[in-house]
Amino acid sequence: MAGSTHASPTVDPGKPASSAERAYSPRLEAWRRFRRHRLAVASAVVLAIMIIAIALGPIIWPVPINDIDFSATLQGPSLAHPFGTDDLGQDLLARMLYGGRISLAVGLAAMAVAVSVGVVIGAIAGMSRGWVDAFLMWLTDLFLSLPALPLLLLIIYLFRDRLTATFGPEGGVFILVVVVIGGLRWMPVARLVRAQFLSLREKEFVEAARALGASPFRQVVRHILPNALGPVIVAGTIDVAAAIIAESTLSFLGLGFPPDIPTWGRLLFDAKDHLDIAPHWALFPGAAIFLAVLTINFIGDGLRDALDPRRVL
Amino acid sequence: MPPEVQEALRKKFGLDDPVYLRYFRWLSSMLQGDWGYSFVSRVDVDTLILQRLPTTLIVIGSSQILALLVALPVGIYAATRPYSIFDQIANTLAFIGFSLPTFFTGLLLILVFSIWLDWLPFVYRADIAATGWQFYWEHIKQSIMPVTVLGLFQGASLVRYVRSAVLDVIRLDYVTTARSKGLEERVVILKHVVRNALIPVVTLIALQMPVVFGGAIVTEQIFRVPGIGSLLISSMLANDTPVIMAVTFVFACLVVLFNLIADILYGWLDPRISYR
Repeated sequence: MAGSTHASPTVDPGKPASSAERAYSPRLEAWRRFRRHRLAVASAVVLAIMIIAIALGPIIWPVPINDIDFSATLQGPSLAHPFGTDDLGQDLLARMLYGGRISLAVGLAAMAVAVSVGVVIGAIAGMSRGWVDAFLMWLTDLFLSLPALPLLLLIIYLFRDRLTATFGPEGGVFILVVVVIGGLRWMPVARLVRAQFLSLREKEFVEAARALGASPFRQVVRHILPNALGPVIVAGTIDVAAAIIAESTLSFLGLGFPPDIPTWGRLLFDAKDHLDIAPHWALFPGAAIFLAVLTINFIGDGLRDALDPRRVL
Repeated sequence: MPPEVQEALRKKFGLDDPVYLRYFRWLSSMLQGDWGYSFVSRVDVDTLILQRLPTTLIVIGSSQILALLVALPVGIYAATRPYSIFDQIANTLAFIGFSLPTFFTGLLLILVFSIWLDWLPFVYRADIAATGWQFYWEHIKQSIMPVTVLGLFQGASLVRYVRSAVLDVIRLDYVTTARSKGLEERVVILKHVVRNALIPVVTLIALQMPVVFGGAIVTEQIFRVPGIGSLLISSMLANDTPVIMAVTFVFACLVVLFNLIADILYGWLDPRISYR
């Protein structure tokens, strides 16, 4: 039988799971498609290195982030300080490793907020007809036309003091930034989910589930939602990048986290008045933001190719 | 300040009234054109904004023109040769372009062109002491960097939209008809394809305005352009509430205005759509 082609891969039960014929589960197929996007794979590697560095960095590079040393201010990169020092002689590598945690945490949490709000609203709008759908889409359009950055700045200006009084300076700003960035970015997800629901809920397999007596909730969670997830994953990936930019922008304008928390945007804000004597201070955090955002965007592009089964590669 | 004076002041400005009363008082005076005065500079808010609005509109307008000048040719050329080397390079550059945050590109340009090369000034000045051609030249010189930063960021995301819009149209039957009539490829693309492909792009530009205003706030802050974006940031840092409310209100009005323009333009450009 060796060399002959079976009509179905299940004919030969003794075949190992990793052989080429078996590689047609949706997940393996997606992985095969993702690997063909070379930039996306390279980006995934770079991003993984950055995440590992941020997660393990403080163990490997145990320099305190607020260790002031006036004998070594505004130094360029050297062996003692690989990324140089700032105007107080604080080690920039240690500060960037700490700030990266906050930037990535804000990005992921804001994405989670945006995706969950978007999926819930899109699912409700897609399943219900009539005025609920019309109202939710009207709400989505309303939010889409809001100027995000001025509104973000206004909300932070109005509510920062109240929240920091309740949750402490770090927690309060974190909650505020995450909720506001996530709350201003759910609209594309809601539209995508609604569009997918409108076509999926008329498909035969959902009709079969309905005929078998599945409740609307079970139809959504078990049958429709898993099939609508592809574009949501792509949108969610890109949302992480957008949230990182939004948080860095806030910090860069001096309106984000408190000054003693060195997020990447805050490092740039502090560095911008010393550009002439210490360009490294601005270049390293800026490059970190750029790399994180670029790699996440490329991964999103790769996922778009991988998760759309209709796309021919 | 003695407590009785404080009390009298609170009473005079109506600070002890319930929130909805204060809101309606603010709304009615806003509608009557009384926008209050800045706590910091003691200047009326509307004069302050009117002084600064033209600068913002000039910077935003010229950056939009730059974005179009970059995005239209590159997007159209990439769409006529999809998956070619040029298309791939343009696509990668576009990705890099909108992954670079405006505040970082701004700092990079300052570092290269102001500090290392010393070609361009990095602070935008409204009061230039020169006259005649010198005056205009100085203005152009100081606008180059803010306009480039904003324009390239916008252009990078526009390139992808232009490309996909042209790709959608170029497969249609009427384009094949135009080709089979024996028209030149250049005429087919410019007269038949681009005209229809640009309809969604025009509306997209208007709908992108909220993002552009966001970018303008950042660029104005980096280059110290005296527009309403930097006014917003400086009044936030100084707790100057009347100015903050008014500037956000102006931003909101501009966004609504551009949405309206988008809707009207869409109906005018595409006769298949009618509003009834």
